Amino acid sequence: MDLDLSQEQRDFVRVMRGFVDDAIRPNAERWDEEHALPMDAVKQMAELGLFGLPFPEEYGGSGADFLTLCLAIEEIAKVDSSLAITLEAAVGLGAMPVYRFGTDEQRAKWLPPLATGDALAGFGLTEPGGGSDAGATRTTARLEDGEWLVNGSKSFITNSGTDITSFVTVTALTGSEDDRKEISAIIVPTGTEGFDVGKGYRKMGWWHSDTHELSFNDCRVPQGNLLGERGQGFKNFLKILDDGRIAIAALAVGLAQGCVDESIRYAQERSAFGRAIGSFQGLQFKIADMAMKTELARQAYYRAAWLKEKNRPYKKEAAMAKLYASEIAVDVARDAVQVHGGYGYIEEFPVCRHFRDSKILEIGEGTSEVMRILIARELGLPEA
Amino acid sequence: MNIAVCVKHIPDPNLPGELDGQRLKREGVQGTLDPGDEFGVETALQLKQAHEGEVTLVSMGPPQALEGIRRGLSMGADKGVLVSDDSLQGADALITARVLAAAIKRTDFDLVIAGVESTDGYTGTMPSTLAELLGVPQLTFTNAIEATGDALKVHRQTVDGYQVVECSLPALITVTAGVNEPRYASFKGIMAAKKKPVEELSVADLGLSADDVKVAQNIVDISQAEERKAGEVIEDDGSGAAKIADYLKEAKVI
Ligand SMILES: Cc1cc2nc3c(=O)[nH]c(=O)nc-3n(C[C@H](O)[C@H](O)[C@H](O)COP(=O)(O)OP(=O)(O)OC[C@H]3O[C@@H](n4cnc5c(N)ncnc54)[C@H](O)[C@@H]3O)c2cc1C
Repeated sequence: MDLDLSQEQRDFVRVMRGFVDDAIRPNAERWDEEHALPMDAVKQMAELGLFGLPFPEEYGGSGADFLTLCLAIEEIAKVDSSLAITLEAAVGLGAMPVYRFGTDEQRAKWLPPLATGDALAGFGLTEPGGGSDAGATRTTARLEDGEWLVNGSKSFITNSGTDITSFVTVTALTGSEDDRKEISAIIVPTGTEGFDVGKGYRKMGWWHSDTHELSFNDCRVPQGNLLGERGQGFKNFLKILDDGRIAIAALAVGLAQGCVDESIRYAQERSAFGRAIGSFQGLQFKIADMAMKTELARQAYYRAAWLKEKNRPYKKEAAMAKLYASEIAVDVARDAVQVHGGYGYIEEFPVCRHFRDSKILEIGEGTSEVMRILIARELGLPEA
Repeated sequence: MNIAVCVKHIPDPNLPGELDGQRLKREGVQGTLDPGDEFGVETALQLKQAHEGEVTLVSMGPPQALEGIRRGLSMGADKGVLVSDDSLQGADALITARVLAAAIKRTDFDLVIAGVESTDGYTGTMPSTLAELLGVPQLTFTNAIEATGDALKVHRQTVDGYQVVECSLPALITVTAGVNEPRYASFKGIMAAKKKPVEELSVADLGLSADDVKVAQNIVDISQAEERKAGEVIEDDGSGAAKIADYLKEAKVI
């Protein structure tokens, strides 16, 4: 058994820490106030090669393993969840479907600008009518004269409305056979006539990540924009989401670790009743629990990533890592605010933002309830 | 332009230093490439981009100093030379310069770059000694560098400004922190660094004798650095601004 990261991964984490300290930490609060994805930061992340980490060099990537991407996401999330989800969604939801299910031609066309971070892509699964029940997709795509005619709408799509968004992959009904709905994935390029990007949402957290509602009215895209086999859209995106869960777990661990670090610092600096509040057992126990949960969640996502890398089944472990990490992240963030007292409720203190940013982790890329359903199924319990 | 950059692996300056007798403890502590040397590596990489050639990192230190070299290689340097030898334990600045000079002489160099001083020892004497031993001119405290084929033009930082100095190559320069913004190593760079050659040499490989590396310097005593003094408060009775201006003038800041 070997629980060490490789030398290269450790070196990379050190680089990431330097980068986060220099380029992100001093600006995170301001960016959040500005409620807009900071494109300068995206550019710096791109220069560091973050958007291409898990892709082969022939596509402009770095050829790193999936865990290395997760390590980058964790380091950024310690300080800035909005940028961490921007990276997670760009790689995991935007580029990964093209890499995994695209033809050579599609990869060559769409992947390089995503891997270098010159472009971003979104993945549109959730609809106004529902996200958890993804099979109930209402968006349709009909083949007409060698083109797909896409109609419908999508909700909450990350990275779908930036200046450099090049396309959104949407899941759509492409027909039905013996009562079984045929769901496929189709690439809809930005700027396609009839593809409208709604105004950004007013969110509880992730203020400087880019999230929009999308609508498609008789959008025509080439037949060749079908991504993966026709009718495999549902199956394929479930695979994409398995990976995404490990990455979301990494993001949650980063947020929790950021809260632990801030709490340790604050508990040593702040005093009450003539001594540092960190000397009160009541807070020591709280912070010890926060650190313990964070560490266990980290081990859970490391292991899920390791199983994936070894080509072994990891669906259950990925769901457990996502479920556990996101739930402890919310707990840890809430406790971090408590450690900070009134200042924890004020935006100048990062834990305030971390608390707002934490809740979505129990919802996005599969809610906690969906995770439990998934785990129960993997345990062999009967379907409802 | 072939460039040799002196790089030092030091105990992480962000952690409290520990003493081992009269010396800084180096074994078994978290180490890092001297942050001051990253500016030298970046300078070399920028010069290479403009003038081609090879960047060689040269280091003297225990085997783990290889990590510092790897860091520089992952930023983009081409190869490394590490001189590591039990007889070099406790080497002073003079011996370090002697060893580095011997190692650098084996390379085909046009320019040698070093930091102004190391972040652990702070003697600041090694680079000048090295230039002397190599028999090349030295331009110290540079904070802007321009190279033209076979000559250099630099800004040499002084207390109240800078001098513009030119010299022919080969030469040695020391660069200040802030001369540039060192790049971050990418993951690709880190992976590529694994495959780059690092030559590991002993004192004998350099043709130096035991006498050449015998420490002549003797540490008589060490003591705690003086605690930082509390700031001076100037109460404004109308002449506050003038007093602050006087103070800054005295400190040669304005
Ligand atoms: C900021 C943000 C970014 C997002 N980015 C993207 C994106 O890029 N792409 C994308 O496709 N989606 C994205 N989403 C959508 C997200 O994945 C969905 O919100 C999520 O999957 C839940 O879907 P829903 O909102 O429709 O909730 P619903 O599915 O309506 O669920 C409502 C509640 O019912 C529960 N529930 C549903 N079914 C069951 C059941 N069988 N048993 C028990 N409980 C159940 C849910 O757990 C939840 O608590 C994003 C959302 C947000 C807020």
